[in-house]
Amino acid sequence: MSARTVLHAADIHRALTRISHEILESNKGPDGLVILGIPTRGVTLAHRVAALLTEISGTPIPVGALDVTMYRDDLHRHPTRAPHPTEMPPGGIDGKTVVLVDDVLFSGRTIRAALDALGDVGRPSVVRLATLVDRGHRELPIRPDFVGKNLPSSREERVNVRLDETDGTDEVTIGS
Amino acid sequence: MTENLLFRGARIEGGDVADIRIEDGRIAAVGTGLDADGARVVDVAGLIALPGLVDLHTHLREPGYEASETVLTGSRAAAAGGYTAVFAMPNTSPVADTAGVVEQELALGEAAGLVTVQPIGAVTIGQKGERLAELGAMASSRARVRVFSDDGFCVWDPLIMRRALEYVKAFDGVVAQHAQDPRLTEGAQMNEGRVSAELGLTGWPAVAEESIIARDVLLAEHVGSRLHVCHLSTAGAVDIIRWAKRRGVDVTAEVTPHHLLLSEELVRGYDARYKVNPPLRRDEDVQAVREGLADGTIDIVATDHAPHPAEAKTCEWPAAANGMVGLESALRVVHQAMVRTGMLDWADVARVMSRTPAEIGRLDGHGRPIAAGEPAELVFYDADATGVFTTSDLRGRGINSPYLGRELPGSVRYTVHDGRLTVDDGRVTA
Amino acid sequence: MRHLLDTKHLSRAEAIRILDVAEDMADTQQREVKKLPALRGKTVVNLFFEDSTRTRISFEAAAKRLSADVINFSAKGSSVSKGESLQDTAQTLQAMAADAVVIRHAASGAPRTLATSGWISAGVVNAGDGTHEHPTQALLDAYTMRKRRHGAGSRGRDLEGMRVTIVGDILHSRVARSNVWLLQTLGAEVTLVAPPTLVPQDVSDWPVQVGFDLDAAVAEAPDAIMMLRIQLERMNAAFFPSEREYARTWGLTTDRLAALPDDTIVMHPGPMNRGLEIASEAADSARSTVLEQVTNGVSVRMAVLYLLLSGSNENED
Repeated sequence: MSARTVLHAADIHRALTRISHEILESNKGPDGLVILGIPTRGVTLAHRVAALLTEISGTPIPVGALDVTMYRDDLHRHPTRAPHPTEMPPGGIDGKTVVLVDDVLFSGRTIRAALDALGDVGRPSVVRLATLVDRGHRELPIRPDFVGKNLPSSREERVNVRLDETDGTDEVTIGS
Repeated sequence: MTENLLFRGARIEGGDVADIRIEDGRIAAVGTGLDADGARVVDVAGLIALPGLVDLHTHLREPGYEASETVLTGSRAAAAGGYTAVFAMPNTSPVADTAGVVEQELALGEAAGLVTVQPIGAVTIGQKGERLAELGAMASSRARVRVFSDDGFCVWDPLIMRRALEYVKAFDGVVAQHAQDPRLTEGAQMNEGRVSAELGLTGWPAVAEESIIARDVLLAEHVGSRLHVCHLSTAGAVDIIRWAKRRGVDVTAEVTPHHLLLSEELVRGYDARYKVNPPLRRDEDVQAVREGLADGTIDIVATDHAPHPAEAKTCEWPAAANGMVGLESALRVVHQAMVRTGMLDWADVARVMSRTPAEIGRLDGHGRPIAAGEPAELVFYDADATGVFTTSDLRGRGINSPYLGRELPGSVRYTVHDGRLTVDDGRVTA
Repeated sequence: MRHLLDTKHLSRAEAIRILDVAEDMADTQQREVKKLPALRGKTVVNLFFEDSTRTRISFEAAAKRLSADVINFSAKGSSVSKGESLQDTAQTLQAMAADAVVIRHAASGAPRTLATSGWISAGVVNAGDGTHEHPTQALLDAYTMRKRRHGAGSRGRDLEGMRVTIVGDILHSRVARSNVWLLQTLGAEVTLVAPPTLVPQDVSDWPVQVGFDLDAAVAEAPDAIMMLRIQLERMNAAFFPSEREYARTWGLTTDRLAALPDDTIVMHPGPMNRGLEIASEAADSARSTVLEQVTNGVSVRMAVLYLLLSGSNENED
């Protein structure tokens, strides 16, 4: 397996900082923002983005996790997946601007499941999507609002995101 | 006119090698280098010759339960297992508690013509345990009944059991008791012990068998009568029989092949092929009955061949019927459990599976020595063969065998009844 | 997981997985929309040969909350009461493409016979077979104990060191058996208390202490005391002489409740005989988990159905 690094730690930090500024700009400030990460690494990224937003805006930004396992449309094609916890921040999501955060956007099916899951949890007024990497090959009409890096790839290639909190290092690699 | 037969090179009861010449239903000669003299020559070199096996405990199901077995299909199963005589238990429909029914069974056996079918008469009317059946009429009928049993049910009322034991003395009969205290075994499904506690199946405690045997040997001693104990299965029961014999009680006992080989651990998968009455017991009980058979405390092996239709055995355990077919596999199982372990030799097998059963049942013409002048009732067994027991080894109607898929030694090659081959090179002839 | 037939053969990892997934299921039951689409298009058949409204409703709720279709089959008035065999009933379900069969049957071993027979390809969940096992009951009991002990920090934990006393008709209780094996697997210590006639003849190889004296067991201050329902028919078969004597000697009376530590939880699988095996005061006290057990039952059964039906079963045993 030959993999090359496309994002190093510093690149990741710059991307998340830029995304955070973009979120604040498009929302015209911090009010009503709720950041929800999609397990597993999306949650780590969501916490980093929320921390950056809090630092930049001076207002604490609520953060949580949204598990989508039970909303997937391909459950029956894989061995049983155990769900992860869903943690809604205090204040909930009704009437809020929810920013979903994931590490890699690929076919779009995870985000479709996330939208269904979100609908059963509450009724946000607006839903946006932030992703660290967009590797293309969408199978559904889903597009991100905030992207860390556009990474053209072939379907057979594997894109791996490693984060310090879970994997001991920050890097994004692509390889065969 | 039946052809004469010359069996060459048999090991007589596992001992000396000799030829056996059969003429007109009798053994004409036993010796080495016999002349064929027009007889069909059958090469049995290496095979063990035993007197035709005699089963003191078989369920032929006819009249009344022909879906499970008939006298004809049961006779085929018996012949395939090397048997030349079977005693047919009376739990038919109607119950064999009159001269009429036992004579009917005798006639069915004669018409089938493969083994001698000797009817057993019920002890009580309808096997209900309340009133004695007409034991004398059955004894003096054409069926010459000498063995009486309510098998399937225990003769529980001690007074009825006493009277039966006394009454049969008049015609040299014997009461064969199915020892099971009904009150201690209500709803029982398997042996009571560690395994039943775990599986949540109502237990059949050993004491329910032993307490009846203990009572019956004392009754037999008190009234001076013979007693036979069916399908003995527990270590405690072996101890009681040993004690009774030492006291001089005229008691005999039988053990089934399955109780010599299988234990209650097999019940764990709830496979109803292992459901039987009395139930499969602990390993310690299996060891005890083997030793009892080896030292003569237990006198004979009897199959308790009990065929059932498939739907009675493939359902959930508590709904399943009790019983296993056993005629076709008996000799092979005894070979595995007792000969291979060195506890019996082939002469002992002849004793426990032919000679003594015939004596207990007062059956002439079977269990005789293999010698000139004796009736030609023989089985020739290949002790060196081995194979997995499958449904193609079964010849009766029932396929409820606990040995399906199990490797067993040996193979019955030829069975001779009344001087005719009923099994020829492994195939039943009719 | 292809079938859930008992807790005797459930590994520690599998048991904790079920309990953890049940936590996630429980969380969704707090939301306004309690339904999840995970088992959409799957058919779950409740095959109940024994009457049991409570357990059946619990499984029905669990299946429906996962968007599965539910078919209820109860033996009364059906073809079974006219003598149809288990085999024929099962094959009818197979012909209707059931994905899972939840079976309650009076015959110990019936779920295993169904699962190993080759009559159906559906997954089998044992909802109680004779006096043998009731695995989902033990799982919801363990879930309840774990939740009371560790609260929000329950995920991933077992019941190490927890001391549980089970009181009642052990001999005839599938709830007792399933709890004994599961509690041992999860590291708890189990004591059984019963009249001598209601303890199986040989439990020498069970991982439990057995006693006949409930007051002595109460004095040991267990963390949880589980009262089993006593069936009055047992009185007629000479297992104990009278209701009065049973309640006095083996019932959780108000005196015994008072003698227990304040944080001992009082459990009962239901339905309760108030005043017989359990005093009303005990059943209604803050220490009683009876109603939580019912709620938790739905979450646990959702977890079981999800784990049985959602995967591809390619790598299952």
